[in-house]
Amino acid sequence: MKLLTREALLSFQRAPLLSVLSVTTIAFSLFTVGLFGLVAINLREALRGLEERVEIAAYTFRGTPSETIVIATQDIAAFPEVQDVSYVSEEEALRRARSELVEFRDAYRDLQVNPLPASIEVRMKAGYRDAATVGRVAERLRGFGFIDDVRFGREWVQKLDQLRNLTGLVGLVIGLAFAAVAVVIIGVTIRLTILQRAREISIMRLVGATNWFIRGPFLLEGALKGLLGGLLSLVLCYGGYLLFRDSSGGTLSGLVFFGPQQMALIILFGVLLGLCGSMVSVGRHLRHV
Amino acid sequence: MIRFTSVYKAYPNGAMALKDVTFHVSKGEFVFLTGHSGAGKSTIMKLLFAEQRPSGGEVRVSGYNVNSLQPDDVPRLRRRLGVVFQDFRLLEDRTAEENVAFALEVTGARTDTIAARVMRVLTQVGLSARSRAYPRELSGGEQQRVAIARALVNDPAILLADEPTGNLDERATRGVFQLLRDINNGGTVVVMATHDLDLVRQTVYRTIEMRDGGLVYDSDVDEAAAEAP
Repeated sequence: MKLLTREALLSFQRAPLLSVLSVTTIAFSLFTVGLFGLVAINLREALRGLEERVEIAAYTFRGTPSETIVIATQDIAAFPEVQDVSYVSEEEALRRARSELVEFRDAYRDLQVNPLPASIEVRMKAGYRDAATVGRVAERLRGFGFIDDVRFGREWVQKLDQLRNLTGLVGLVIGLAFAAVAVVIIGVTIRLTILQRAREISIMRLVGATNWFIRGPFLLEGALKGLLGGLLSLVLCYGGYLLFRDSSGGTLSGLVFFGPQQMALIILFGVLLGLCGSMVSVGRHLRHV
Repeated sequence: MIRFTSVYKAYPNGAMALKDVTFHVSKGEFVFLTGHSGAGKSTIMKLLFAEQRPSGGEVRVSGYNVNSLQPDDVPRLRRRLGVVFQDFRLLEDRTAEENVAFALEVTGARTDTIAARVMRVLTQVGLSARSRAYPRELSGGEQQRVAIARALVNDPAILLADEPTGNLDERATRGVFQLLRDINNGGTVVVMATHDLDLVRQTVYRTIEMRDGGLVYDSDVDEAAAEAP
């Protein structure tokens, strides 16, 4: 085992340039996958926040008696899809508008008459937050006679969803292209090592070293390069992440990075890439030595 | 130990390297394999250490059937053989003792036994004083002794030497040959391919002569036949 590791490490010394090249290609491959992955993860996070807030606002006609609304609220709260219902009075709506829409604070302060309608806000239970269910509930709300208009943020939830899928796909395609290049470069590196060590390998064969013993160092070499590439890609990704977060001046301060499992997955993928490249090369060239 | 039964070997280009070769070698024997280059000596060697498989007939070596050897069994067979070549095949970037130790390291010998075993065989071949020398610092004869030490370090039952003195001057040749005889005296079967007929004539060892892929003379068989009334 010691010998195996030593032989594998020696390869870095024997062909430093190619070793660096293969490690960086793997790193770039995973970096690309990683960056798009980060964007996808953050979009998902953002969407989850939005989904939490998937709510339907049903605006009531001005002058609807509050008893009617209270009874209706209880009815709506009994819908199986609904998590909770709250009534936002006209005054409450104005107060919220003043605090949330800072830019229009002055405009709202000078108002003689409150232009904002009262509304019933309905939050959906988890699992019922998809566009179709939300649409159905909204339709039912429209059925109440005192409801003027029903709004819900279906479209842009869908758009974000599409964007997330697209980002993941683009990342995957570019990443796979890089991965293919990485496998080829690792294969070439291993081939060179095999040729450099042809004499050694032929002697190993002659004295009765097993095939696995001969292959071991090459496979380990590939796996090691993959491991290094994976680690490097994480460092690059983290750099990119910090750059994005800090240059956004605070608006993106909620960005998340990979969790430990995701990081392990990226490194594992690097190791697999490395192994793949060396196995192809070992299978093709070791026979001819 | 070695049994060739009606062995044929054809190369992909159609050339017949061996034609109906039959002989066997018993425990403790020393056998010369002679003949011109291209006569089939090297092919017999390659069949013996399972570098190649016979096209016809049967080759058995140290209990293994080379015809049907599984890939996993090739290393097992080779650990029971020592092989020495004309061109020594040493690793230039390792010292004599490292070259010998290499054979133990790559076959998974216990690390704590390696140094002692290496020293034992280097002493046996008379090179204990030069164990730290690199191949380029050694004479041809000394390099071949290192190669023999490497072949011996796994305690082989059979030592195959393919033209071991082909690159050596007369004095070194005698030294290496004497070493091979000593090894044989220790009980190891030695098969030595050579075209140095002077060397062969000096001794009474069994001689198998090859010509154009066929076995034309086997001193064992032919002399036994001559002695018979």
